[in-house]
Amino acid sequence: MSVVTPRQRVLEEHRQPHQIPDEEKHSTNRKERVIEFIIKLCGVSAIFIIALIFLFLLREGLPALTQVAISDFADARWYPIEGKYGFTPLLFGTLLVTAGAVIIAVPLGLVTAIYLGEIAPTWLRDILKPLIEILAGIPSIVLGFLGWLVLAPLIQKAGAPTGLTALTGSLILGYMALPTIISIAEDALYAVPKEYRDGALAIGATRWQTIWRVVMPAAKTGTVTAIMLGIGRAIGETMAVMMVTGNAANINNFQANIFLQPVRTMTATIAAEMGEVAQGSTHYSVLFAIGIVLFLITFAVNSIAARIVGKQSRSRGSSL
Amino acid sequence: MNRDITGKLRQFFLSGATVFVLLLVAACSGRQENGGGSVVSADSGPARSIQNKGSDTLVNIALAWAEAYREVDPSTSIAVTGGGSGTGIAALINGTVDIANASRAMKQNEIDEAIANGVTPVEYVVAIDALAIIVHLDNPVTELTLAQLGDIYTGRITNWSEVGGQDETIVLLSRESNSGTHVYFLEEVVRLGDSDNEDIFAPQTLFMPSSVGITSEVRRNPNAIGYDGLGYVDEAHEKVIHIAATADSTYVKPSVESASNGTYPIARDLYMYTAGEPTGVIAEYLNWILGPEGQAIVAELGFVPLPD
Repeated sequence: MSVVTPRQRVLEEHRQPHQIPDEEKHSTNRKERVIEFIIKLCGVSAIFIIALIFLFLLREGLPALTQVAISDFADARWYPIEGKYGFTPLLFGTLLVTAGAVIIAVPLGLVTAIYLGEIAPTWLRDILKPLIEILAGIPSIVLGFLGWLVLAPLIQKAGAPTGLTALTGSLILGYMALPTIISIAEDALYAVPKEYRDGALAIGATRWQTIWRVVMPAAKTGTVTAIMLGIGRAIGETMAVMMVTGNAANINNFQANIFLQPVRTMTATIAAEMGEVAQGSTHYSVLFAIGIVLFLITFAVNSIAARIVGKQSRSRGSSL
Repeated sequence: MNRDITGKLRQFFLSGATVFVLLLVAACSGRQENGGGSVVSADSGPARSIQNKGSDTLVNIALAWAEAYREVDPSTSIAVTGGGSGTGIAALINGTVDIANASRAMKQNEIDEAIANGVTPVEYVVAIDALAIIVHLDNPVTELTLAQLGDIYTGRITNWSEVGGQDETIVLLSRESNSGTHVYFLEEVVRLGDSDNEDIFAPQTLFMPSSVGITSEVRRNPNAIGYDGLGYVDEAHEKVIHIAATADSTYVKPSVESASNGTYPIARDLYMYTAGEPTGVIAEYLNWILGPEGQAIVAELGFVPLPD
């Protein structure tokens, strides 16, 4: 499987023997070394900053583990001003809202990507793709307003006691993750060589079989990356979620449909409580500990994605 | 995959970094608020300065006063710090502040301690904090006792039919726990003013990040109940519940009059204490606060101004 990407093309062009005068070669080398150094510096500084952020989180958050017993974190009540640091409702809230967003956004996103990449005529694709990418740029707070003013009343009319529910949050987050998933998954489908499709169709596969059995497996890494980045966006989102989920740290009174109950997410908790908390207090450390948990979750999601992507490219011997 | 590498990087940044940026910003802002407090300094030199510290309920009003007073008297700088009523009173006793803010009256032992320390505290009521209980205009319930309200917010009463309304689940709305209003409501309504009572809000309580969040949910949800500073309530769009302190007492509607004469049960005076009879700039500042300009700011921030 040899896909000639633009970069490889450039590399090949470079391999063509050029006649470069000696002195010019010398200065080019020096220039390249300077540029190489700058690029290296940028790369290293990104890692350095992430390491610093993590160290900062650990420094501020770890005292929580000595001040609050693990059994207290496992409690069902989150009410920090009375020393109740039950973490389970917050974890439950984040997982529920994210799961809902994934259930909504992944099928919709993949189907849209398949339509854009495989079925839609080129002119339509050229219109739709940039439009979808613009959606990614809508500030989350605007979507939060939309959820608060439009979605929440609709869900309340549909029979929920209040419109501020996990479902409202999931819908907003799903919508927010959609452009990411569509855009990256479609790129992955686009990168599958035309020969694959021609080959499949030539041996008598239907269009559906070609898409499902040939193109999708070939683009698996890219679509997995798309889904993972979508999930990452959903987990980290704060303001929009805080506006529409009701922020009730409730895990006791399950209703018939758990998606129709208000929930409190980890991000919303940090945002709502950090402003007034006394620095160095237990509550302060616990909020940073929540930050560490969020970091670990996003880290896990990205690692899983990297693993899947890594496996794929090893087994196929390609970087597609 | 190379053609979308920038896009991917951008997406990665959006998803992962949001959390950390949020934390960093939050940490920095937390630090500022808890460190030195906000200092409102004068333009023309630090010739005269007033140290003002205490109640977190009053801190927003105190800051607004200090800021507005800079226009009135640019030569006076006023440093406002929160930290709680107890912190402010302790600082007054120790002689480190000029004015202590408190959302409760000084206790007798605190007054004794101050006098023993050579400080005679002088009390000024500077504003009134009254909470209105609001429901949807279509809700048939018009009056509640404090005990009923407490039972509603602790989750012992969960259906409107138990307090004379329709057979619908009550949707509880509260401010976030970092709000001074939340703490006042917890102490006076959920715990009915009993310091041994350890009741807290029912877990299904929805925590709203702002007063506006509460009013707009009450306006569209016929089953919701919420509380808000009296100044934020608009009776054209939400119904104000009449409250009785006990089952035998009369139901009182919150208003500037009922809040200031003490008949409305969910209201309290907010105080400023000075060390001895104030003189000079401190006296001028307090006069301005108690005058029309200062009281207009009280109303702007959703509190009840003093009666004339």
